Amino acid sequence: MAPTPCELCSINRALILRPKNHQKLCKTCFISTFESEIHHTITTTSLFHPGERIAIGASGGKDSTVLASVLKTLNERHNYGLELILLSIDEGIKGYRDDSLETVKRNAQQYDMELKIVGYDELYGWTMDQVVEQVGKKGNCTYCGVFRRQALDRGAAMLGVQHVVTGHNADDMAETVLMNLLRGDLPRLSRSTSIMTSTPSAAAAAVPSQTKPSLTNIKRSKPLKYAYEKEIVLYALHKKLDYFSTECIYSPEAFRGSARTLIKNLEAVRPSAILDVVRSGEDMAKLVPGYEDTCAGKCAGSTGAGAVEEEEAGCGSAAGRSGGGEMSKMEQHLTRNERADEEELEIEIKLPIQVEFLKDPANDAIPLRKKGRKGVKSASTPQSSGKPVTKQTMGSCENCGYLSSQKVCKACVLLEGLNKNRPKVAVETSTDGEIVSMQQAREELPGAVAQMSVDQS
Amino acid sequence: MSTIETTSEPKPKETEKSLSITVEFTGGLEMLFSNQRKHKITIPARTISGKTPTIKFLVQYLCENVMKDPRKELFVLDESVRPGILVLINDADWELEGEANYEIQDGDEILFVSTLHGG
Repeated sequence: MAPTPCELCSINRALILRPKNHQKLCKTCFISTFESEIHHTITTTSLFHPGERIAIGASGGKDSTVLASVLKTLNERHNYGLELILLSIDEGIKGYRDDSLETVKRNAQQYDMELKIVGYDELYGWTMDQVVEQVGKKGNCTYCGVFRRQALDRGAAMLGVQHVVTGHNADDMAETVLMNLLRGDLPRLSRSTSIMTSTPSAAAAAVPSQTKPSLTNIKRSKPLKYAYEKEIVLYALHKKLDYFSTECIYSPEAFRGSARTLIKNLEAVRPSAILDVVRSGEDMAKLVPGYEDTCAGKCAGSTGAGAVEEEEAGCGSAAGRSGGGEMSKMEQHLTRNERADEEELEIEIKLPIQVEFLKDPANDAIPLRKKGRKGVKSASTPQSSGKPVTKQTMGSCENCGYLSSQKVCKACVLLEGLNKNRPKVAVETSTDGEIVSMQQAREELPGAVAQMSVDQS
Repeated sequence: MSTIETTSEPKPKETEKSLSITVEFTGGLEMLFSNQRKHKITIPARTISGKTPTIKFLVQYLCENVMKDPRKELFVLDESVRPGILVLINDADWELEGEANYEIQDGDEILFVSTLHGG
């Protein structure tokens, strides 16, 4: 087959077929087009303001590595005047996260950026390795996801940064849109399509830089929300970016979540389907009651009143990791429950998950049947009287001060469950020496977590 | 008899050379191929049916001869590369080169990269 010339420069050989419009581009034109589209997204949504300090949720994976690289390039090219900092979460997974953190450390040098690593152990007193030791491999992703969301905000607060960007791409967005459609979760559909979400106090601050960043006023945004995963990978390949790509050892096949598979199959048939789904999601979001509020973060840009949100909708990891995402998370819940029902196993896993549902039905917007099952507790949820479901009353977790629609936030609920069972597990695993320290951790932990919430900057 | 055999046999074999190609796996796919990114392999220049080997043939060949991991479905789906895995032929998207029907040339560099893995 004769080489196809690039449709833009007509000189070089086309190497890339763009999924969104079938444009055939050479390497150079592809890279500049990719970058200018991200620039367009950033400028049309007024995502940043000059002088802003931005924490890039960096996992060492393709999405966050490309995000860091592109933001550095654009910041220099277009004089955004941003101070970019890499923020990584160390879940404490040996053989996975320690390796990927090495990638982030190299990225920090390559991009000449400050790097902050926040560990689950220092935040919660538990590494994921220890969590898995206790709850088993099947339920652990729930813990990891809940912990990570807070960890990014906590890390940002430590850095005195008010804006965290994550590497969510168009495929992630499409997956989330499908997921929320299938769940009939309109409020979340509406929120998840916004390029930026912010907490009430962040939204209240007209000029964000004038308020001190604290745990409860961190903005989140997704500059790559219109970028195809395929193009992100190609960008990383052609720019020879240093990224890490090994599946988490605790969810080796998490990427086989069915919404993800569906998206990839749709893409194979008609590549523009991904952006079509994202745009449909945005259009449908406009029909959701209370949309004006939810879209404000996107419409008004960095100073807008944003979506009230405890956690980012989207894939389980906000650090740019695109695993099975919400769908697979949900699926995991379901299959786990099914399996547990069938085999009468894993009661200790089922329990905290039910607690999670129960504590947070409004925010997590679990289908009604879940709430019904929980009778008493769900009645006490602040599912704002008479108003559309999008309007949640957000308060602070009594325990740690983190933003929560419940008295106690998800992470604290999960931690409580973990800490209660900790000594027992220590005995079971017969690591005798650890029992004392584990009990200590259990006693000290609520205080430690509460302290973390105190603005560290 | 023996003289006829020695003269007639080697001749067709001369044309049936093999192709030396480089196959690379990244984006997590290397896990399925003994954690090795680059594989220099030789494949027959003609398939059993006498055709030039294509990417489709290569994928099958890799599954049968190179891949030791039993989870073939993570690489192949319905006899083709699993959706979400990009194939680059000498740096070019395989969609520009005829996809699975691309006829492999000697010295080709073929890259399989998974987009599915997080990290």
